[in-house]
Amino acid sequence: MSSLSATVQNIFNEPGCAKNGSKSEAERKKGCTKLLQPGSAAGGCAFDGAKIALQPFTDVAHLVHGPIACEGNSWDNRGAASSGSNLWRTAFTTDMNETDIVFGGERRLWKAIKEIVDKHDPPAIFVYQTCVPAMIGDDVNAVCKAASQRFGKPVIPINSPGFVGSKNLGNKLAGEALLEHVIGTREPDCTTPYDINLIGEYNLSGELWQVKPSLDELGIRILSCISGDAKYREVASSHRARAAMLVCSKGMINVARKMEERYGIPFFEGSFYGVQDSSDSLRQIARLLVERGAPQDLLGRTDAVIAREEARAWAAIKPYKSRFKGKKALLITGGVKSWSVVAALQEAGLELVGTSVKKSTREDKERIKELMGQDAHMIEDMSPREMYEMLKGAKADIMLSGGKSQFVALKAATPWLDINQERCHAYMGYVGMIKLVEEIDKSLSNPMWEQVRRPAPWEALARAKLHMQSPAAEITCEPALAETARRARKICHCNTVDLGTIEDAIYAHGLRSVEEVKEHTDAVGGCCKRRIEDILVSSPSAMLQAAE
Amino acid sequence: MALTTVPTKACAVNPLKMSQPIGGAFAFMGLRGAMPLLHGSQGCTSFGLTLFVRHFKEVVPLQTTAMSEVATVLGGYENLEQAILNIYNRAKPKIVGICSTGITETNGDDVDAYLKLIRNKHRQLAKLPLVYVSTPDFKGAFQDGWEKAVTRIVELLVEGPNVNGLRDSSRVNVLPGCHLTPGDLDELRAILEDCGLRPSFLPDLAASLDGHIPDEFTSTTIGGIGVDEIASMGRAGWTIAIGAQMRRAAEVMQAKSGVPFRLFERLCGLGPCDEFMTFVSEISGRPVPPKYRRQRGQLTDAMLDAHFHIGGRRLAIAAEPDLLYDLSSMLHEMGAQVRAAVTTTQSAVIERIKTNEVLIGDLEDLEELARTENCDLLITHSHGRQAAARLKIPFYRAGFPMFDRLGAGHQLSIGYRGTRDLIFDIANLGIADREENHQPTPDRWRAPVALPSRSGHLSSIGAAERSTA
Repeated sequence: MSSLSATVQNIFNEPGCAKNGSKSEAERKKGCTKLLQPGSAAGGCAFDGAKIALQPFTDVAHLVHGPIACEGNSWDNRGAASSGSNLWRTAFTTDMNETDIVFGGERRLWKAIKEIVDKHDPPAIFVYQTCVPAMIGDDVNAVCKAASQRFGKPVIPINSPGFVGSKNLGNKLAGEALLEHVIGTREPDCTTPYDINLIGEYNLSGELWQVKPSLDELGIRILSCISGDAKYREVASSHRARAAMLVCSKGMINVARKMEERYGIPFFEGSFYGVQDSSDSLRQIARLLVERGAPQDLLGRTDAVIAREEARAWAAIKPYKSRFKGKKALLITGGVKSWSVVAALQEAGLELVGTSVKKSTREDKERIKELMGQDAHMIEDMSPREMYEMLKGAKADIMLSGGKSQFVALKAATPWLDINQERCHAYMGYVGMIKLVEEIDKSLSNPMWEQVRRPAPWEALARAKLHMQSPAAEITCEPALAETARRARKICHCNTVDLGTIEDAIYAHGLRSVEEVKEHTDAVGGCCKRRIEDILVSSPSAMLQAAE
Repeated sequence: MALTTVPTKACAVNPLKMSQPIGGAFAFMGLRGAMPLLHGSQGCTSFGLTLFVRHFKEVVPLQTTAMSEVATVLGGYENLEQAILNIYNRAKPKIVGICSTGITETNGDDVDAYLKLIRNKHRQLAKLPLVYVSTPDFKGAFQDGWEKAVTRIVELLVEGPNVNGLRDSSRVNVLPGCHLTPGDLDELRAILEDCGLRPSFLPDLAASLDGHIPDEFTSTTIGGIGVDEIASMGRAGWTIAIGAQMRRAAEVMQAKSGVPFRLFERLCGLGPCDEFMTFVSEISGRPVPPKYRRQRGQLTDAMLDAHFHIGGRRLAIAAEPDLLYDLSSMLHEMGAQVRAAVTTTQSAVIERIKTNEVLIGDLEDLEELARTENCDLLITHSHGRQAAARLKIPFYRAGFPMFDRLGAGHQLSIGYRGTRDLIFDIANLGIADREENHQPTPDRWRAPVALPSRSGHLSSIGAAERSTA
């Protein structure tokens, strides 16, 4: 068993990752997780990522070894659907206390495993290692190994202390744990030439089941899905599949690639978001299966199903195209879905004003360029304030994003749709595409927007009154007054800094950049960055010369 | 008098408890222009953030020092320094509240010393209040974090009585426990103002997490009590503390500024409300306004109407100590029997809860107790939904988090009006449950021979397999 740091190194050396492949040896050693910025970081930790990736194992007991924060603050917050056992919804944690920190938590962990075995007798137990036990040196691997032998069932350590890195790294650590301890440890009851694995699909809101009917019709069997609606046994015997699809996500590329290496299972990266992508993915699956020995007629049958489903989907979407005319969407989501959703939205006739590519790979970005044209507005990192400005300024009519940024849109009184993990609708496959369009339409056409955007009647009245009394006329003919009014214009709204203050600072210190202005005034330099730049440009050069 | 039982099991199943640091961060959210900062790895903040966002459906400011593996080994000084500077430059906060976590406490980071160093090194931070609270994840619970943070704020920010001299008897400080919602705070404010008092709430979540739409977008908290107002709290005539958890903060306030305090452990129920109104009337020197006399009448009438449906209910309840004490006492006074009570952490009020035994435990304990005790009403936070569905009994959501229903911030359970509404809500749940799940059927009175010994459950035989969750 390799050490955690060796595993992390190993993950960073992923040859399947194009981004990584193009790096020099030295850069590759540094790894791909950017160092997180204290004080302006958001997003989950490695433990979060590992838990997200594995929790959709429905019949497994997920035991979190750590203090209460790790599980107590986070359980029951995702909606993966199960066709059978619901054990995954039960939260187990060792809830370490001070005594455990001082004397070590191994004994408590052992007892916790025993209690789970006695009470639930699950086919396997996943034990998640978190920061604190990792720091004090609890040997989770050893406890799990001993417990596996003692209780005669797999007890699998998931080495994922939060401090090793980001959520994305956690996904991969989860994958490594599966590769090391689960995949290939059982044999399936039977195999067919039509067996596939889906990797990186979590069956949120039961999305997988929207796609399954098409596969069923073609006779294609999902031997295992990692890890949506997964059962331990299925994943343990997943090494007998003929082909695999990496669903939209680079989170588990290590699993797909290593399964190809070890068991000769070819894989492709595909998506079930959007009509075109769904069709492409079905074709790819059929092609790979035929290459691996499935009967040739699968290709023809697949084409027939695709033709029928596409026709159905287009017919259902068509009426919306005219309704969406001229409507603009802003897409803020992780890299996983950016390009596949772009395609979907364009099919619905929406114009995209921008899409985030924060977590996207180079390939993802290429795909977006292909879809949106060379000058696609790709957003590397957008602050909530900038999103708010964009929506408030009506540069976009609807925002699609994950739950955490929803209030940015809602507070700007702009339609918003959840396309991330906490959503309650499923958008996969042909049916999902229709559902997405329906939901966007429902949101855009809601009469509520008009009401909430309207200011309170008394405010309009007050403004009118103010306007009537305003000495605007006086100002225009009195130069001194006009100058005062000009200087009083607010530049930084967040910290109420006016034009005069900024001009004075520029004059007094000979400032030339926004950064310098930020240093000498209270201006935040966030959403007012553009305005400050304008002032810097328009400042008379005499003023600067004088300063110098 | 209730016995407190501490669990013997090693594995907490379906935790009731949440961690101390996010309780501390929650308190800072009631301060204006504040940025709460968790000194720990990213996940510590991310989980808390998600929890708050799901509960309040609001933008929630919460930052992290993003401790990496290397920083964890070398100590978190640099991360803390960078985080504070970043926050200072980007968000321009009025105050930064720092809570430690399990990882930095295990590490032994001396944050107080770090802060001194950081202040010395960066002169621009001289005037920025940096309030640090030690809140290890492996000790206490959510409520303890809140309690510590508020106490610390009082210690550091309230000025002594000699500053600007005079005491203003119409001013009153309110120290609310974390079991009060923004809606509760608004109700309290209305009551105090109607009696001619000018209250300062510390913390004041009502203006920051009550779901209003601000005109400008900010990355810090949008409402709450300002640092200046906190400084001047020493000039108030009285301090009102709500919930046993606030005793310590009130004592510190008194020691520091000489403002006397009165602690109200409960504000839900007729008796506690009467006591409170009498006190407010006394310190304000005004009679209780007619509005509240009317509300009192409505509450007593509600109690008469609802006792048919609440009386005799076998209650299973799990919550943090103060909320548990508050709600279970009110329902006990309405005739319910508290058959299963579970809480998160030790507190003075536990032994006064009207039941035989209070367990410091999790929701699995609650579910088991509710099953063996044949409970027919479950009260806890949203995580109790699975248990209620399995038990097939009505479920009332109370406390934090409440992520699967809307309006958590406005839920009201204090004062005459709040108690009245709460009583109606719970009674209506009982009525709906009877209509949906306990309609008489021909088989209803015919007990099958091989029925398990849970005799009290006969009434549900033949009932529709509908869950109430």
